Parts: sequence; C-alpha cells; structure tokens
Amino acid sequence: MSHQDATNIAGLTITASHLDVGYGLHRVVRDINLQTQRGDLIALIGTNGSGKSTLLKSLAGMLPAMHGEVSVLGTRPGAAPKRVAYLPQHPVSSHTLPLRARDVVAMGRFAHLGLFKRAGATDREIVERTMQRTGAVEFADKPLREMSGGQQQRTHLAQVLSRQAEVLLLDEPTAGLDIAGKAAVADIIAAERARGVTVVLATHDLADATSATAVMLLAQRVVAFGPPDVALSDANVRECFGFTQPH
Amino acid sequence: MNLSFALADSLWGPFARNEFMQNALLASSLVAIICAIAGTYVVLRGLSFVGDALAHGVIPGIALALLFGIPGVVGAAVGALVMMGGVSVITTRVRLSADTAIGLLFVGMLSLGVIITSRSTSFVGDITRILFGELLGVTHADLAWQSVVLVLVAAIAFIAHRPFVLMSLDDGLARTSGFSVTFFHGLMLTMVAMAVVGSFQLVGTLLVLGLLVAPAATGALLARRVSTMMLVASVCGVMSSYVGLLTSYHFDVAAGASIVFTSVYLFVLVAVVTIPRRMRGASELPHQHEHGH
Repeated sequence: MSHQDATNIAGLTITASHLDVGYGLHRVVRDINLQTQRGDLIALIGTNGSGKSTLLKSLAGMLPAMHGEVSVLGTRPGAAPKRVAYLPQHPVSSHTLPLRARDVVAMGRFAHLGLFKRAGATDREIVERTMQRTGAVEFADKPLREMSGGQQQRTHLAQVLSRQAEVLLLDEPTAGLDIAGKAAVADIIAAERARGVTVVLATHDLADATSATAVMLLAQRVVAFGPPDVALSDANVRECFGFTQPH
Repeated sequence: MNLSFALADSLWGPFARNEFMQNALLASSLVAIICAIAGTYVVLRGLSFVGDALAHGVIPGIALALLFGIPGVVGAAVGALVMMGGVSVITTRVRLSADTAIGLLFVGMLSLGVIITSRSTSFVGDITRILFGELLGVTHADLAWQSVVLVLVAAIAFIAHRPFVLMSLDDGLARTSGFSVTFFHGLMLTMVAMAVVGSFQLVGTLLVLGLLVAPAATGALLARRVSTMMLVASVCGVMSSYVGLLTSYHFDVAAGASIVFTSVYLFVLVAVVTIPRRMRGASELPHQHEHGH
C-alpha cells in the first residue's frame, strides 16, 4: 500500500515522514514527521530563519520535498489547489497593480473557476462574507496600493478564506494587525477548525500556540513536537528562542 | 466661423484628404490597442526590460529576411522566438542577474542586426526603417495583418486573464491557485513578442517599447481595475496616434517618433496632475486605523 493510500484510509489530512525541507541544495529542517486530522491546529513556532516558512511552502507545493514523503489531502503538495489555501508571510503589495480589496479577495475563487468558468452568485456571496469576517468589507473598494499594512493583511486573509479550503497554511497571519485584529484572526481560526478545516499556523507568538492540537518548535531542526503543554516546556522554549517566557 | 472651420479642417482635413493618412491612423490605432493590451501586463509584471530586449531581438531576423527577400514579419517572428528562448535559458540557467544577462543578449542581437544589415546595399535606408518604422506607407495587407495580431493578442489576454492577474500580484499565488507559472509566463512573453512583431513596421523596433509601456503606465495611474487600465491605455494610445500623426503632418516631423513622444508626454502630464492624489494616499498609510471584529 502506498503512502498516499494510507493517508486516505486513515482520514488524515497532512502526513509527512522523514521529510527534509529547504531551498535549492540547502536543507533548512531535516526529518519532520507529522500527521494531522480534520479540525487540527498545528502551530509552528520558532525565530526568523527557523524553518517555519520553508515547511509551509513545502506543504503548499511551492518547494519540492528534499527527502522523505509528504502528502496533503491524499496527494502531493500543490496538486489540490481547490482544497488547500496558503497565506504567504509577506503578501505582495504592488504599487502599480490596480486592484480593489474586493478584486483581490475574489482572486481566491480562481482556483475553483479555472480559466473560463464565470463567477456566479455563490462566488460573490462567499467573497462578500469572507470580507465581512476579516473586516475587509470596510474598505472593499479601496485600491490595494492605498491600503495600510493591516488592511492589506485583512484583504489577503479574506482571499485565502474565500477559497473555502480544507487545509489552511497560514504564515504569520496576524503580522501588522493590532490586538483586536489578532483576536479576530483567532476567532476565524477557531471557526474554521469547527467546520473541520486543518490549520497549520506559523507564528512567533507562544500565546497563539496554546489552543493548538500540537506545537512544533523549530530551530532549523525539530526541537519538540507534541501537545502545547508538553512541547512548550521551559527547556524547549529556551532551546528554541534562547530565553524562557515569563509565566 | 471661418476660423472654426479652419481649425476643424486642420484637425481632420489631413485624414479626410489623404488615404495614406487614413491608413496610418487606422494602423497606428490598431497597433496602439495591441500594445495597450500586451503593455498592461508588461507594466504590471515589470517586464519593460524584457519587452525592450524582445523588440531589439527581432532586428537580426528582420535584417536576414530583408537580405533574402522574405517578408520582414517572418524574420521578426523567428528573431522573437530566438530571443524568448535566450531570455528563458538565461533567467533559469545562468548565474548572473537577469538584467545583466538580458542586457547582453539585447546588445548582442542589436549589433548582429546591424552587421547583417551592413551587408545590404541600401544599409542606411534599411536600418532606419527597422529602427524607426515606416508609418506613412501602410498597405491594406499591413492592416489585415495587424487586425489578425490584435485578435490573437486579445484572445490570449482574455483566456489567460486570471493567471496573468495572479502572476502580476505574485507567482506563488498563481501556482497555489493551480496555474502553471512557467506556461503562462511563456504565454505572456509570446503575447508581448506578437505585439512587437505586429507593431515594429509602424513605429520601429527602437520605439515600440514606448507604445507598450507609456499608455499602460498612464492607465495604471488612473485606473482602479485591470480592465479599466487596459481601456485607459487603449484610449491614450489611440489619442497619441492621432495627435502624433497630426503633428507629423503639420510640422513635417517623423510620424512614429511623434506618436511615441505624445504617449510619453501624456504619461508625464497625467503623472504630474495626479501627484496630489497619490501623495495623499501615501501620507495616509502610517495613520490607517485598524478595527477589530
């Protein structure tokens, strides 16, 4: 039985075994082992350059696996674009691109629509609803190039949500948001999990990790992986960040 | 009354009285729309330099075609293919910054074109025609050929609109949305090459970049949507064609260069006029408030 068949039968959403991820010839993290189910939240914690984004890009199919096996929704990463959505760490802001917030959010439906299918009432309703969820509805007609960092983040997050994927790969979704914005993202993640979506979240913030199913501490290797209370031990956090969080 | 008649006559008379001016206006308007469509993505995806390289890459092809008596368009198409292949190999295989590599390829092709042309007995006439175009000798066959190119370029832009817009924002977004970036980038370059091959006879390989970039850049300043940007670019391009041809007729100056100059001048004008609006947008950025939900 192949690795991918095993994934389907066990109802797992993401599996990785002995996975090495990196760029070109440079391996950033070796020997990652991971299994997720519907509704799981996996928090990837680590400093800059620890390998969080590299792992997310590999799961999104943007970087090939350097070694080992990885499967997302029973297929290779990147092969199910309608069912997996990825929010990059620094979504691009173009100074020339004439796109309003609602146009950027509507681009999240392109994976479903392909080249020719016309966007229907359902698509427009989804776009409107996701803009309401992230607050992007308040500046729906504002051009991307005139938005603040926080507004752009809300717009890109709405785009990712509008794909209505089964796996969400979020690279620091709260970057540039204030406390209320962060709380809104936490609510969104909880709501997505409640409808069975698997969320993999890269973050600097240990507070984001406490509600996770499992936490992976990264420092160019897997320092610890397990339930938050076990993985986030003082010793592990010190090894990962070089200091201990005050309790 | 006489004055307004004289004014109207000087604005439209040259076109009403001369078939070559009508053909030139029709051809340059077709080319302006072709370039507005392709140019929109050139500007959005930052391909100006690649566009320029493609425009010069066609020169050896045209020169060879002239030497052997083949239609220049065929030579240009072959030249564009070679250049696209070269750009693609260089940007993926060679460990040099892309602009250096493309710049070298561009100058290499340009000099090769000049060397080939220098073998011809009518060297100066040929090279001038290749570099600066020949707007006032447009034939019906040229118009038919430009109409075909317009249909093809518009078809590519229509079919690939979604991946092109995604790629303009971010290649990764296009890839994770299920579109092959390699394929659609190649298709975009093909579209730009078609625009170059369809336009060079009119404005010349040296100036075609102006029509690709200036109207689209003006569109980017004014539009809030990609489709509007393309429309504004087309209108600017056609307006520049008219103003440029009229200037050329009344003041007896080079037609192609007048059109391109008008389109660049129009961009500068719009850029200056819209400075206050853009400054306002920029100054708002650090103070934007965040609402929680």
